[in-house]
Amino acid sequence: MSDVQTGGDGGGGKHQKKRAKKSSTRIDMTPMVDLAFLLLTFFVLTSTFSKPTTMEITMPMKDPDDTSKIKVKRAITIMLTGDDKIFYYVGVMKDDTEFKKTTFDDTKGIRKVILELNKEGVQGIKNIEKEVKKLQGKISEDSMKTLYDSRVAALHRVIGDKATYTVIIKPDEKAKYKNVIDIVDEMSICQIGKYAIVDISPAEKEVLKEIDK
Amino acid sequence: MPKLKMPKNSPELDMTPMVDLAFLLVTFFMLTAQFRAEEPVVVTIPSSIKEIPKPDKDILTVTVDSVGRVFFDIDNKMIRAEMLKMVGAKHDIAFSEEEVHRFSLMQSFGVPITEMKKLIVADERDRVEINKTTKGIPVDSANAATNELKDWINYARLASAQFYQKQGLTEPKEYNKLRCAIKGDGRSNYSAVKEVIGTFQHPDIKINRFNLLTSLEGKPE
Repeated sequence: MSDVQTGGDGGGGKHQKKRAKKSSTRIDMTPMVDLAFLLLTFFVLTSTFSKPTTMEITMPMKDPDDTSKIKVKRAITIMLTGDDKIFYYVGVMKDDTEFKKTTFDDTKGIRKVILELNKEGVQGIKNIEKEVKKLQGKISEDSMKTLYDSRVAALHRVIGDKATYTVIIKPDEKAKYKNVIDIVDEMSICQIGKYAIVDISPAEKEVLKEIDK
Repeated sequence: MPKLKMPKNSPELDMTPMVDLAFLLVTFFMLTAQFRAEEPVVVTIPSSIKEIPKPDKDILTVTVDSVGRVFFDIDNKMIRAEMLKMVGAKHDIAFSEEEVHRFSLMQSFGVPITEMKKLIVADERDRVEINKTTKGIPVDSANAATNELKDWINYARLASAQFYQKQGLTEPKEYNKLRCAIKGDGRSNYSAVKEVIGTFQHPDIKINRFNLLTSLEGKPE
């Protein structure tokens, strides 16, 4: 601004007294700010925010003389196949077993089926959550967690004896890895304590071929 | 009465607080940043509601990309070097000190052992090319002789155990701390991942508990 004014004066500057310039203690910080923000942008863009999480999985031992058989009466068998399709049946497979078709849909897909069957487990967990929440603030965070964990373990023991379902997951060769992860994820959402990923049997494959055309 | 002087409005801003803030943020990001290691394959991992973070140390990662190629990675440099020597010895391929050193600084790899030398001596650009064209580490859970992934895992665990034994850990529980993880692309066929799991569970290795890497998604109500 001052530049413009002196320019308008014409030769006015000539008559001014020569003054020793006051050296300002201020430094122009604009380049420094530029640099700082450049670095900031760089680090923001290169840093990784979402660290991968892990899903811990324990597979059944591959032992030829392993005799631990799942009590299939209370089992849900879920078969995964191509195009994100799911087929399932409850109990033992017989000749007239009907394979029901479902999807990965959050509200009316496989989740609804399992939640319906595993009502007791889900209700139990909800009750525990309520109970623990009531104690919030009264006891420490850690003891809340231990209480929750011990209650859940107890619940799994109780319903494990009579009511809970075991889920058998059988992906066929057309199934995608994502489908398997999704279904394992459903297990924890639906509070299924016991599940296993096993190979699909030839008989089931035959039926699948029939109905999934 | 003293004259009231109106303060001259200077167009200059005092930028000191801004600089302070900017440098504070820079420092924060610099210290927290974990540089994304450049990986030979880009993998989109599926999401899950699991919240356990992936461990940083002592982890062996088997990557399965969208077309089912298998890559292998282990974080500790010393273990990497020992592992390469042992796997080389098994396949009658001798690696020089220089090659072992270069290998220990590499990222994950996905070539058969016969082509490992080529990958080690290659420069950055050639490596990208090799990683693009490679078929991955041969994995065949049914045939132990051609299953190279099995050798890598086996010797990685051995090298890791020896490494920690040298550091003074004596209990098997303490020195066998290497954990295994599968980083699979959501689009890959499950059968490809099944081969890797089959290798983990091979009677010689017997890893029945492992991690599947996922990214976090919101929990449903």
